Amino acid sequence: MGMTMTQKILAAHAGLPSVKAGDLIEARLDLVLGNDVTTPVAVKVFDDAGFTKVFDKDRIAIVLDHYTPCKDIKSAQLCATARDFAKRFDITHLYDVGCVGIEHALLPEKGLVGPGDCIIGADSHTCTYGALGAFSTGVGSTDMAAGMAAGENWFKVPSAIKVNLVGKLQKYVSGKDVILHLIGLIGVDGALYKSIEFAGEGVAELSMDDRFTIANMAIEAGGKNGIFPVDEKTMEYVKDRFQRPVVVYEADEDAEYEQEVTIDLSELKPTVSLPHLPSNTKTIDEVKGMHIDQCVIGSCTNGRISDLRAAAAIFKGRTVAAGVRCIVIPATQDVYLQAMKEGLLETFITAGCAVSTPTCGPCLGGHMGVMSEGERAVATTNRNFVGRMGHTKSEVILASPAIAAASAVKGCMASPEDLEG
Amino acid sequence: MAQGRVFKYGDNVDTDVIIPARYLNAPSPEDLAKHCMEDIDIDFVKNVQAGDIMVGGANFGCGSSREHAPIAIRASGISCVIAASFARIFYRNAINIGFPILECPEAAEKINAGDKVSVDFSTGVITDETTGETFRAAAFPAFINGIIDAGGLLPYIKAKQEANK
Repeated sequence: MGMTMTQKILAAHAGLPSVKAGDLIEARLDLVLGNDVTTPVAVKVFDDAGFTKVFDKDRIAIVLDHYTPCKDIKSAQLCATARDFAKRFDITHLYDVGCVGIEHALLPEKGLVGPGDCIIGADSHTCTYGALGAFSTGVGSTDMAAGMAAGENWFKVPSAIKVNLVGKLQKYVSGKDVILHLIGLIGVDGALYKSIEFAGEGVAELSMDDRFTIANMAIEAGGKNGIFPVDEKTMEYVKDRFQRPVVVYEADEDAEYEQEVTIDLSELKPTVSLPHLPSNTKTIDEVKGMHIDQCVIGSCTNGRISDLRAAAAIFKGRTVAAGVRCIVIPATQDVYLQAMKEGLLETFITAGCAVSTPTCGPCLGGHMGVMSEGERAVATTNRNFVGRMGHTKSEVILASPAIAAASAVKGCMASPEDLEG
Repeated sequence: MAQGRVFKYGDNVDTDVIIPARYLNAPSPEDLAKHCMEDIDIDFVKNVQAGDIMVGGANFGCGSSREHAPIAIRASGISCVIAASFARIFYRNAINIGFPILECPEAAEKINAGDKVSVDFSTGVITDETTGETFRAAAFPAFINGIIDAGGLLPYIKAKQEANK
């Protein structure tokens, strides 16, 4: 019996000729990631267990992105703990204020992750790097500590769902709409313990930024990872970035999938997720007119340059509606700089948006846009759980950058077409 | 062996409601425990007693990878979590820190809030002492029992490294 792409990567990193779904294996890690929330907990368990060295100082990334620039004293203490650990072990890849970006936009951009890798990160959206053809999954802090100490960790080999993509996206439809549609289709636990393997001729139609957005939210369907085949676009993306040799894995023709789903990209409409689960999906036409108080454009899901371009195209020559607060957060310094060069920041500021340095901030209700009781946001983020962006009686609607921007201009849920003519 | 009263919740209990992000900068497990479950059950912290048991539906612990979630539940006094299914990162985190979790859809459905329940970890037998019903949770594979027996993932790795020296 053949192996899926994920199974092949895991087998290679476990030094085994083959693996099958359900096997428990120990696999070598190419990179271990942590942030300012999860690293301090990992540091404590690392020290408590009596470890005195890390497996490879070049294969650990510590990204201080959640509460930075530090929002309060407690957050500053967390960053200090992470910084001290990085200094103690001379960790090469510490990203702090001034060079930090949101981890899952930053690591691919810096070339720290690439095709064929096996990666764990103490952040659930670590599955993002599957866009590059890597096996990449979110874990907890103890797993991070174990990875830093040993350079390996245990995995249960996942079975898979195959998602066949066909056709081509229409105007104002993006990777965000693809993944929200899929989560609506299979549910928030539809891929529990499984890998989501994307395939089909539609993959070639998706930009790398779209693929990052899609892989990023595999976890919101319960998935262990989401993964894309490696093609010309992937190779073009990693060409001047990724430092290690590219290893391309392909699923065997007789690989076994527990379920197959086909999505015709040309039939997709802009899709949103209403509170309080990402699976609570509707097309934009079903929710037009819903009141919003805030709009957040950014995050590890949708804070890349093409996301900002899509939003800026809507804001050009328009303004944010009275009564709506719109916050735009470029995901990395490079994205920020590029947006500046292209004049996107001027467009945002002229339209009445607040533009911030990279931070996860509002996505998790941390800072930079926390909501009060009864308020509702449209956000390009990834979760709309109870209390996610603030008060337990506030609400989040998940959407693409184009929909979020159009809604900010209109003052209620709207599509870009509602602004035309 | 664990024994206690049951706090019961539904499907898709996410780690944001187990411990909201606004408290993730709390310095200790005890500080986290003060806010455990407060976004869906404001009275939980007031009512929970050492040894009590939490029962959830499908996909328990979904969302953020924060290990603060099982840490907060354990520090609140809860002795184990029984659920129809667990989200995978929560599942790993609980095993890695040596916090007992049991996957048992039947028990998750039939046990009621407030019931007195006992759990025998060696056999996986769950007894609802209020109704008299018994259930059996799926056993962990030997590999995972090895991690639990070592006292968690870090002691397991430490022992392995020492053995290889």
